[in-house]
Amino acid sequence: MSARSNLERVLLERGFAVTAEIGPPKSASAESVRRHAKEMRGSADAFNLTDNQTAMSRMSSIACAMVLIQEGLEPVVQMTCRDRNRIAMQSDILGASALGVRNVLCISGDHQTFGNMKEAKNVYDVDSVQELMILRKMRDEGKLWSGDELEVAPELFLGAAANPFADPFEFRVTRLAKKVKAGADFIQTQSIYDMERFERWMALVRARGLHEKVHILAGVMPLKSHKVALYMKNKVAGMIVPDAIVERLKAAKDPKEEGIRLCVEQIEHLRSIEGVRGVHIMAMAWEEKVPEIVRRSGLLPRPVA
Amino acid sequence: MMRIIGFCCERGPEEAVDLAGERGMRYQADVIFIKVPCAGRVDVVHLLRAFREGADAVLVIGCLEDNCHHVYGNLEASKKVERAKQILDEVGLGSSRLELFHVASNQPFRIPRLVAEMASRVEKLGPNPLAVTG
Amino acid sequence: MIIGEQKRLEEIAGMLEGQQRILVAGCRSCVAICLAGGEKEVAVLAESLRLLSSLKGKGWEIEEATVERQCEKEWVAELSARIEGKGSVLSLACGVGAQTIQAMYPQVRVLPGLNTSNMGAPEEAGVFVERCGGCGDCVLHLTGGICPIARCAKSLLNGPCGGSQGGKCEVSPETPCAWEEIHRSLERLGRLDLLEEPIPPKNWLPSRDGGPRKMVRKEAVLTEEQKRSKGGKP
Repeated sequence: MSARSNLERVLLERGFAVTAEIGPPKSASAESVRRHAKEMRGSADAFNLTDNQTAMSRMSSIACAMVLIQEGLEPVVQMTCRDRNRIAMQSDILGASALGVRNVLCISGDHQTFGNMKEAKNVYDVDSVQELMILRKMRDEGKLWSGDELEVAPELFLGAAANPFADPFEFRVTRLAKKVKAGADFIQTQSIYDMERFERWMALVRARGLHEKVHILAGVMPLKSHKVALYMKNKVAGMIVPDAIVERLKAAKDPKEEGIRLCVEQIEHLRSIEGVRGVHIMAMAWEEKVPEIVRRSGLLPRPVA
Repeated sequence: MMRIIGFCCERGPEEAVDLAGERGMRYQADVIFIKVPCAGRVDVVHLLRAFREGADAVLVIGCLEDNCHHVYGNLEASKKVERAKQILDEVGLGSSRLELFHVASNQPFRIPRLVAEMASRVEKLGPNPLAVTG
Repeated sequence: MIIGEQKRLEEIAGMLEGQQRILVAGCRSCVAICLAGGEKEVAVLAESLRLLSSLKGKGWEIEEATVERQCEKEWVAELSARIEGKGSVLSLACGVGAQTIQAMYPQVRVLPGLNTSNMGAPEEAGVFVERCGGCGDCVLHLTGGICPIARCAKSLLNGPCGGSQGGKCEVSPETPCAWEEIHRSLERLGRLDLLEEPIPPKNWLPSRDGGPRKMVRKEAVLTEEQKRSKGGKP
């Protein structure tokens, strides 16, 4: 099977994939996206554009994806279930695909009470598993969910998220299996700080043979300071940050350098875990550090087709 | 003349009130004691009505805690007093005009003290605008 | 049962501004159970409004009446004498009751004293929790008897999401994660197999999304002639 995207190609060729994240701006100008694109070019195989993260309106993921394509980078469009119903989702995917988008990450999305427009009605017409089913039908059958035939089917490489740190732990792998059944081709996990728990999760994943059915990219997020670590620990849903990491950053003379060093160590360790096929780097408001992190992890240069 | 209403349980508190009367204890305000079968029987409506009729302050006097003949009477009373206090704040009269106390039959000396306590609260808040003059 | 909560006194007073003869109307059904609009609550609210009226010189004349169920015409019809001459009715029933009074007495202004909220149950004294999503296509048999539409903040059918932690929903540490509860329930019932297959996108037509709903039990519907033959009022 020929690869539908650069990311898929890297994974099919058994290379260790690298994806990174770019946060869309609260702006009608895409200048920051172009700037990040130039900073990060060549450091990853594909770049995620978040979709109204924490339920705050930002430039749309698809619009940012267009900018990346113009700049010669491959995007991963993220599409949550919070703001769009199935009609809008399919419509947006047809448009995105027409304009060159291939990688799509299907996620539930933070509840709108996380954001600053809590009064908004939430959609959740479908959940992330159902979103995968819909997109797969478009791609593999050339049909909309209604059964309508598409003149041209979209080319898609479908992704989903997995969170080894949310509960209930023993059922997380069942949910991953469901996502694979529904059509997930690749998985990006929530950022990992509790390596022990991640390894336990991977053991369960391998026990079900899922690591061979779906490409798993382990998530990492470099921490700038112990304050950021504490914020992640206490204020972000579904995240586990061990105290040891908070302490390490607090004790460091140069916390930023320590944060990068920690991230590189994590990536090196993750490469050694069977079933981990790549890394997903989420450098929130620190996108410019991604090339350095990838280089210091020994993952440059990225394979070119 | 300040007017204060006291809803008294007919057991301990009412005895205390009677004893206070027998011993000639004096009150700082014009007090009307209303006997009820149990402090828990007093309803929010009664409390609000007392204020609508011009009371400057209202006491609800129950038996000592854990000593209610009807077992839950004091609990019931406290819930209703709490609700009535909330409404008194919402209408702008002030919740401190209303209070629940617990008195035993052999504590007559407490009755005038509790009345004095409520009277001083009224002094701070001012009279009930609906107080009947004269 | 339907769960609602009384509006704040300030908001109710605002609605009654300029009104004179007012009937506060309660209901002995759901709203009495959730301590929002039963006979007792009507009495307390009426007295509060009278007190407020005296204090602020509003000139309100407040009367009280409570019916068995405010959503049924037979009982609302019993209010006609009490509504006669009133300028407005402050309904403490759920939105259904308030609308029933308005429909039957189009000349008098009906004001909602309650914020009607959801379909739920008393969990313990004074605590009422949402339970049913009213989706019109019940899947409780697939979820161990726990409604994913009402009790999951995202109404997921293939939950939980990544925000579930410590058995709690990401929306609030007080809200149990419905999908954790569903998993535990199916585990106890020995039916975890029900979680293996992805549940496809839901048909929302039977829910409010499909438009205001009307349910007809044909066997109970009477033609005009049948109504006459039964001898009741038309």
